[in-house]
Amino acid sequence: MNNTLTVSSSPHITSGESVSRIMLDVILALIPAGIAAVIFFGWRAALVIGVSVLSAVAAEAVYQKLMKKPVTIRDFSAVVTGILLAYNLPPTIPLWIVVVGAVIAIVLVKQIFGGIGHNFMNPALAARAILLAAWPVEMTTWESPIIDGVSNATSAATSSATVDGVSNATSSATPLAILKSGDGVWADLPPLWDVFVGRIGGCIGEISALALLLGAAYLLIRRVINWRIPITYIATVGLLTWFFGKDGLFTGHGLYHIFSGGLILGAFFMATDYSTSPVTPKGQIIMGIGCGIITTVIRILGGYPGGVSYSILIMNVATPLIERYTRPRIYGEVRGNV
Amino acid sequence: MGFNSFSFRGGVHPPDNKHFTENKPIETAKVPSLVYIPLQQHIGAPCEALVKPGDHVKLGQMIGQQRGFVCAPVHASVSGKVKSVMPMMGPQGVKVMTVVIENDGLDTLDESIKPRDIESLSVQDIRRIILDGGIVGMGGATFPTHVKLSPPAEKEIEYVILNGAECEPYLTSDHRLMIEQPDQIIAGLKIIMRVIDAKFGYIGIEDNKSEAIEVMEKVTKKEPNIQVVALKTKYPQGSEKQLIQTITGRQVPSGGLPADVGVEVNNVATAAKIYEVLTTGMPFIERVVTISGKGIKEPKNLMVRIGTLFSELIEECGGFSCEPSKIIAGGPMTGIAQHTLEVPVTKGVTGILALSPEETKDEEVWPCIRCGKCIQVCPINLMPLSISAYSLKGDFDTCKEYKALDCIECGCCSYICPAKRPLMQSIIMAKNQIIAKEKNNTSNEQ
Repeated sequence: MNNTLTVSSSPHITSGESVSRIMLDVILALIPAGIAAVIFFGWRAALVIGVSVLSAVAAEAVYQKLMKKPVTIRDFSAVVTGILLAYNLPPTIPLWIVVVGAVIAIVLVKQIFGGIGHNFMNPALAARAILLAAWPVEMTTWESPIIDGVSNATSAATSSATVDGVSNATSSATPLAILKSGDGVWADLPPLWDVFVGRIGGCIGEISALALLLGAAYLLIRRVINWRIPITYIATVGLLTWFFGKDGLFTGHGLYHIFSGGLILGAFFMATDYSTSPVTPKGQIIMGIGCGIITTVIRILGGYPGGVSYSILIMNVATPLIERYTRPRIYGEVRGNV
Repeated sequence: MGFNSFSFRGGVHPPDNKHFTENKPIETAKVPSLVYIPLQQHIGAPCEALVKPGDHVKLGQMIGQQRGFVCAPVHASVSGKVKSVMPMMGPQGVKVMTVVIENDGLDTLDESIKPRDIESLSVQDIRRIILDGGIVGMGGATFPTHVKLSPPAEKEIEYVILNGAECEPYLTSDHRLMIEQPDQIIAGLKIIMRVIDAKFGYIGIEDNKSEAIEVMEKVTKKEPNIQVVALKTKYPQGSEKQLIQTITGRQVPSGGLPADVGVEVNNVATAAKIYEVLTTGMPFIERVVTISGKGIKEPKNLMVRIGTLFSELIEECGGFSCEPSKIIAGGPMTGIAQHTLEVPVTKGVTGILALSPEETKDEEVWPCIRCGKCIQVCPINLMPLSISAYSLKGDFDTCKEYKALDCIECGCCSYICPAKRPLMQSIIMAKNQIIAKEKNNTSNEQ
């Protein structure tokens, strides 16, 4: 034998886990929602997703090249950011805005703060918030689904109701906008099944709760994410919106609130973002409940019908603080003996 | 805390790879013509050499004398002539004073070695014989056993746990010993229970060793005070703290000892060795070593004389089947990588592994993505990612706040990390720095 023995510290074997495998799992889990988007919005949705992904990956590669850093697009994290950004945009969005959004997400929110694992806000959501402030009209122009199903939204190709948008809708196409508008809402709401499947207006990736839940189940099974943030988040929103209904306590439409707007997408795919959510189990529960409370407050009291993006962003910046106060009790920890 | 929680929090499931040797009976290895016996094969002070080049030594003769309480003497594992006493590389990766003996092939017994009747021995006698026999913990930690069997008088020990978990992949030396020498193990356990006045004995065995569990259950059937406990197969089940938690539901307090919760843990091989030394009078001169790994042609469990070189044992197993990338003394999770095969087997060497290049890929290190898997698998519930980050920044005070000193160095965090970060390694660095600083502070105060 020759002298090629490696000497290094234990452990000498490692698991098959890898960063790219995790990101690939997230991408796989997002595919059903992408298919739903194409079914309900047509190929235009696929185009937005494609442009977003390409711009995000290109932005990461170019930035890292310019900064003379190792190019890390092989980890697929920019692909995930690109998909998530597209999923948070309306299908009619001009493509140049998509490119701007992807560059903001990757360069301004992710890379400037140190790249993967170091950003303090979810890149896709932060980019979306900036786009919403810069181009409010383009960001809140909703196309109704191309499949006939929502009785009161079939005719208008670009009715202007909102999900998380700012324009004050007169004709209501999305369930959240209907819920927001007030009186006699039961009659105007689309059937819950349509909301669940995705035959409603909204952002590209958020409409089909069914498709998103399929992907979420995969992520839970693969243990890429755990239940703590998404389940506490969704449960909090469901319970609170049911408690504080428009016609008094316990009259709210909890299920509509759960399956419409960006809640399912946000709870499973955005609030669970590793970089910007607590790593501690207790912290994750605080994150979920916190997101739920803020979302509900925005939906019921705020100016927007939806509130998922902003609630996640607010909890993102609270994450370091939450982690600091939720360090797990260790084996054999003796209290008061620090 | 539930009593029947036969597991612990965290842990990982590496492929156990025990199929290479689990069904291979223990064979006696060839006794080499030269043995290399380090004068420090334990945690504690090194021994003082009792022989010099040219001396003739007999089998079982003490050649290294105890210095200090935490120390264990060493003995000649062959009879013959002392060739030299010199510093030599040991399996711990550091040079140790080593006695080299030329084997005369006669195995002439030292006069001191006489069979004894255990019943007639007092507890004090037993402790003395264990000390003189050079017995140390055989699971790999090599803590001198006589120290373990002398707990402070105010600590009442309720339970003795024999560690038969053998949670490291590949290793099967304890497994085979439990199958082939169950009576000696039980007899050793009873001796330990007598010495420290414990009421009850447990033998914890991972449930992937069903044959060992069956055999041990059979021999303990008529023992009202001894129970075999099948443990969930999960690394690091054989870690002392995790074993105690699994079997008794108790947690050793941070910074404390098992005796603080009324428990004493010993390896099954140590128990068998105690019985052997007490009855035959022969000190610690041999042990079972698993020679395995994907790079070994014919993996085996061998009864090996202390001081046999790794190279001779590998040759006895048919040599290498492929170019190995790593030679490990011990298991793949906690063992020590060797840069040469010319190191001797010592009392703590549970196995010699030749790992293949596919198993030990030198993988690219990525930035931490904060997935939190290291927290999920840490048996102590530490936050390895945070301690590691502070350690790499040189902020060891914050590492201490994050309880770096409680790390048991099992390696689960480094094993699971998708970014392949050296988590455990940087935590150990922090521990060393914290301990060094504390030592410095106390010496300044004096």
